[in-house]
Amino acid sequence: MLSKRIIACLDVRAGKLAKSIKFVDTKDIGDPVEKAAEYYEDGLDELVFYDITASSDKRDIMLDVVESVAEKIFIPFSVGGGIRSVADANRLLWAGAEKINVNSAAVGRPALIAECARAFGSQNVVLSMDILKVETNRDFPSGYEVVINGGRTPTGIDALTWALQGEEMGAGELVVNSIDADGTRAGYEINLTRMIAEAVSIPVIASGGAGKPEHLLEVLTQGKADAALVASMVHYGEYTVSGLKRWLHDKGVKVRLNH
Amino acid sequence: MPSAPRVAIVDYDAGNLGSVRRACQEVGINGVITADPDQIRSADKVIFPGVGSAESAVDTLHARGLFDALLDFYASGKPFLGICLGSQILLEHTDEGDKDCLGIVPGCCERFDYADRQYKVPHIGWNQIEIQRPHPMLKNVQDGDEFYFVHSYFNRPTEPHIVAMTEYGHRFCSVLARGNLFATQFHLEKSGRKGLAILDAFRDWDGTESC
Repeated sequence: MLSKRIIACLDVRAGKLAKSIKFVDTKDIGDPVEKAAEYYEDGLDELVFYDITASSDKRDIMLDVVESVAEKIFIPFSVGGGIRSVADANRLLWAGAEKINVNSAAVGRPALIAECARAFGSQNVVLSMDILKVETNRDFPSGYEVVINGGRTPTGIDALTWALQGEEMGAGELVVNSIDADGTRAGYEINLTRMIAEAVSIPVIASGGAGKPEHLLEVLTQGKADAALVASMVHYGEYTVSGLKRWLHDKGVKVRLNH
Repeated sequence: MPSAPRVAIVDYDAGNLGSVRRACQEVGINGVITADPDQIRSADKVIFPGVGSAESAVDTLHARGLFDALLDFYASGKPFLGICLGSQILLEHTDEGDKDCLGIVPGCCERFDYADRQYKVPHIGWNQIEIQRPHPMLKNVQDGDEFYFVHSYFNRPTEPHIVAMTEYGHRFCSVLARGNLFATQFHLEKSGRKGLAILDAFRDWDGTESC
C-alpha cells in the first residue's frame, strides 16, 4: 500500500534557509544542506527547495545547494523558484534535483509546463499553485483565485480551472499552497485541498498552515492529499520528522516508518 | 589485488544518471556513465537506469547501437541491474508507444488505468514490496520494506521471473529477475538506505540466483 508522504519545504534565500510568514518578512534559520541531511537521517520522504533569492544573479548559489544536497541525500527532492524555461529546469536537474517546480512563470506562459513535461517527462514536473480564497462568482466558480509572485499579484484565474489545466498540460504532481493558511500554523486549507484532490487524477501535495500533527492527519484524510508539506514545525525543532510519522501511524495513516 | 570491477551506467538520455552514479559511489561502486556499446559489452557489470518515456528511450537505444550491446551483455552472464524505465525495456513489449523492447524477460509492460481517483497515476511515492522468492540481491532488505516509485506503466513478466510484488490498486511485479539479470521498478538511487542496501548487494553480486 502506498504511504502518505511527509515533505519538508526549505525556502532558500541566497544559499541560506529562510522561513517566511505569509510570504513577507523572511528570516534566516540555517544551512539548507545541513537541514536536508538531518531530515534525511530522520526518515523524511522527500524535500522541496524554493529559491526565494530576489536577484537572479545570485541564482547560481542555488545550484551549489542542489549539488551539495544531491551528494548527501538519497531521497527525491524538487527545486522551484524562478524557473522560466526548459534551460533553467535542465540546469537544476543536472545539478541533481529529481523534479522541478514551476509556478508564476507557468501562469504567465502555460506552455512552460508542456515544454518541461516533453523534455523531462511529467513525473519530473511539479506545478506549484499559490491560492487565495475569494468570493465565489462567475469569474471564480471554485471560490479560489491563483496568485503569483509569492502571493502578491492576483491573476484573475480560478484555482480549480488552473489545476485541471496544469494536469492537462502535463504536470505530474500539484502543490496546492494556500496563501491564507501559509505561515499561520493554524492548519491546512482542507476545503481547497480536497476540492482539487478530488478533481485531478495526479497526486496532490498540500501546503501552507501546518502547525500541529493534527493538521497533517486532517489534510491526509479529510483533505485527501497524497502528501503534506511541512516547514516551520520541523525547522525550529518543535517536532521531528520521525515523531510526526510515528504519531500519524498511530492514528492509522499509512506512512513509511522503517527507513 | 584484483582491479575494481568496471561498472557501466548506460546513458541513453533517459533521466538523471548523476543520481545513480552518486548512489553507487555511496556504496563503493565506481560507475562510469557511458553511451559506448563496446564499453558496455566489455564492462564487468551494467546498470541500466532510466526515467521518462519508453518510446523515445527504445529509439535512442537503437540509434546508439545500445540495443544489441545490452542483449550481448546479458548473454555474457555478467551481473545486469535494471532500474525503473530500464526494467520495463527488458520485457518483450511495452504499451507505451506500442514498442518492441529487449525481450530478455518474457512479458509486457502495461499502463495503470484507474477510473477511481483514489489511485492517482503516476504512482508516485513510497510503497512496500512483498518478496515472492529469495534472491541474493535482496539479502540486505526485508519483506515489507518501502521504496520510492514513480511510474505510470507496470511490468507483467511471466510468473517464474517475479521476485517481488507491490500493491497499488492491484498487485504488480515490482522486482523481476532472470539469471544474471535483476531489475526493480522503484528507484534504488532515491529510496534512502533501503535502496542503497540493494546497490550494496549489487557490488558483491556474482550474477547467479543462488542465495
